[in-house]
Amino acid sequence: MELITLRAIEKTYQMGDISVPVLRGISLSIRQGELVALTGSSGSGKSTLMNILGCLDRPSAGEYWLDGQETSTLSGDERALLRNSKLGFVFQSFNLLARTSAIDNVAMPLSYAADNLSEREARDRAAEMLVRVGLGDRMDHHPSQLSGGQQQRVAIARALINRPPVLFADEPTGNLDSKTSEEVLQMFERLNAEDKITIIMVTHDPKVAGHANRMIRMEDGIIQGDAPPANQGVGT
Amino acid sequence: MKVYTTARTAFRALRRNPMRAMLTTLGIVIGVAAVIAMMEIGAGASAALKKTIASMGANVLVVRPGTASSGGVSFGSGTTTTLTPEDSQAILRECPAVRNAAPMVRARTQVVYGNRNWVPNAIYGTTPAYLDVQDWSILAEGEPFSDRDVLNGNRVCILGQSLVRELFEGESPVGKEIRIKNIAFKVIGVLTPKGANMMGFDQDDVILAPWTTIKYRVTGASLANTNQSTVASSDTVNTLSNLYPTTQRSLYPERSKIQEANNPMPVRFANIDQIMIAATSSAEIPMAIEQINGVLRERHRIRAGEPDDFNIRDMAELTKTLSTTTMLMTNLLLAVAMISLVVGGVGIMNIMLVSVTERTREIGLRMAVGARGRDILHQFLVEAVVLCLTGGAMGIVLGHGGSLLVKFLFKWPVETSPAAIATAVLVSAGVGIIFGFYPAWKASRLDPIEALRYE
Repeated sequence: MELITLRAIEKTYQMGDISVPVLRGISLSIRQGELVALTGSSGSGKSTLMNILGCLDRPSAGEYWLDGQETSTLSGDERALLRNSKLGFVFQSFNLLARTSAIDNVAMPLSYAADNLSEREARDRAAEMLVRVGLGDRMDHHPSQLSGGQQQRVAIARALINRPPVLFADEPTGNLDSKTSEEVLQMFERLNAEDKITIIMVTHDPKVAGHANRMIRMEDGIIQGDAPPANQGVGT
Repeated sequence: MKVYTTARTAFRALRRNPMRAMLTTLGIVIGVAAVIAMMEIGAGASAALKKTIASMGANVLVVRPGTASSGGVSFGSGTTTTLTPEDSQAILRECPAVRNAAPMVRARTQVVYGNRNWVPNAIYGTTPAYLDVQDWSILAEGEPFSDRDVLNGNRVCILGQSLVRELFEGESPVGKEIRIKNIAFKVIGVLTPKGANMMGFDQDDVILAPWTTIKYRVTGASLANTNQSTVASSDTVNTLSNLYPTTQRSLYPERSKIQEANNPMPVRFANIDQIMIAATSSAEIPMAIEQINGVLRERHRIRAGEPDDFNIRDMAELTKTLSTTTMLMTNLLLAVAMISLVVGGVGIMNIMLVSVTERTREIGLRMAVGARGRDILHQFLVEAVVLCLTGGAMGIVLGHGGSLLVKFLFKWPVETSPAAIATAVLVSAGVGIIFGFYPAWKASRLDPIEALRYE
């Protein structure tokens, strides 16, 4: 089943009088349950594509179908709702709320959800999520009391709290050492395998991309390569 | 997003930086404390001021008889003899806006004690209610005469301070006897000093006695010499008053010459010179005037369209002073309150703007996980309001404590005003909304991509 379909997506930034084309006609489709790595050198447009895929930004032209819904014409509030219910985000710098316990960090997106959960239900679900990422014993720790890998796992729990079908990870291991990176990547693989969550990772690290089962390489705003990674299986 | 969740999020955000939240809200705390303290102290001062002005007679009304006239000759105000002590009682009974009423008769004659004599400014015959009307109930010495003294026409009196000075040279007059027109009066009390009134009239140069005693023993006023107009007209044959009779009604059935010869009845017609009336408050004065007017017209059987046979005077000048002063005080307090709250509000706005900049990434993150612009707006707005309300609550406690301190340390009259507290709460919430809106709006307009990338 096609979860994501892009048709001739273009994005042009207006810098004064000069228009800078960043994406120049991207067409691709991603099925449910794929683990995709989006690679490319800096300036290749992978971050912009990520923002559009994540419904944070709107394409200048083209169509973006997410889970059977055309999103490029949605208003800001509608896109916020879509982000809340269908998409999860994991960032390079974790972006956890400082001086806030792990469980409250994880429960935070629930307060913006359309289905109003009670305080108790929200905490229960956040606790369940933390147990799933292996932090069941650190629920009341603040981010400053957690290691980088643990912080990223809290971030993953937060991204999954609304049970989205798609998880976006923007350089998820950029701030982690190789050992914790490996843990996080294994968690992605497990989520992908067990829960059939579609994961799209932006990375420039071939080793990280090696964990994916599909690698999309970008260059100058267009897709240059779309294939299973060459070193499939090497990392594991 | 639910209100409860929003409030909780706001509380959490504030708790993450308690020191800064405290300092931010300090502006509001001081502002509200100043407002509460100023309002309470000011209200106390204003109430004291009002009381002082009221004691000068701001809510006093005077009813005087109207003009008698005969054959086109007017005898001036206060010459009809239709005002009675019963009128005074009826006014007190039937007018809700009247606190007290005292009938008065006046005399001006020599007073003798031992080898000294003095002519006081006024000798007032009245009832004990007079002291209440004039706000003069606390005596310097002795006690006031009673209603029983009035009924019996007892020869007792209360002296003003000037008389004590002139007749007794400072020694206590209580229990002594003075003579007024050769009638002995026992002094039973001494008034507190009041000084001159606004017209320069020495209010201490006065003797108060039961009106019955003054009327029947001192002035000995009878119908014959109080109402000169009717007497004059009935005695003289050759006047035009038979052609143009006066409008004066005869208060008693006409007696024949024989009857008069057989029964030379000393007419003890109890007309009085004026009624002093205290309204319940100075604001009630117009109401009181209306009610008194109605009662007296009915009692005097004055038909619609006929002129009153009495007139009612109020202390318009004093009343005006009173309302002006009150208004001035209120406005002054309001101005002080507004300035301190605006200063506090600017402080809040400043810190909220800093907070929005500092938490740009948090805002970006919240937007990325699905917060709409309006959610962010609500969050920051609620934060500002929570700050202001917390500050307001602390300010109320502080301000109230301050005013209590002033009350105990300086014996300043302080009035707790629930209105001031309610206003402070509303205004501090209002300040939070007004000064929190711009930063919150700014936060809600952030672009999530930019905000997430913000360092």
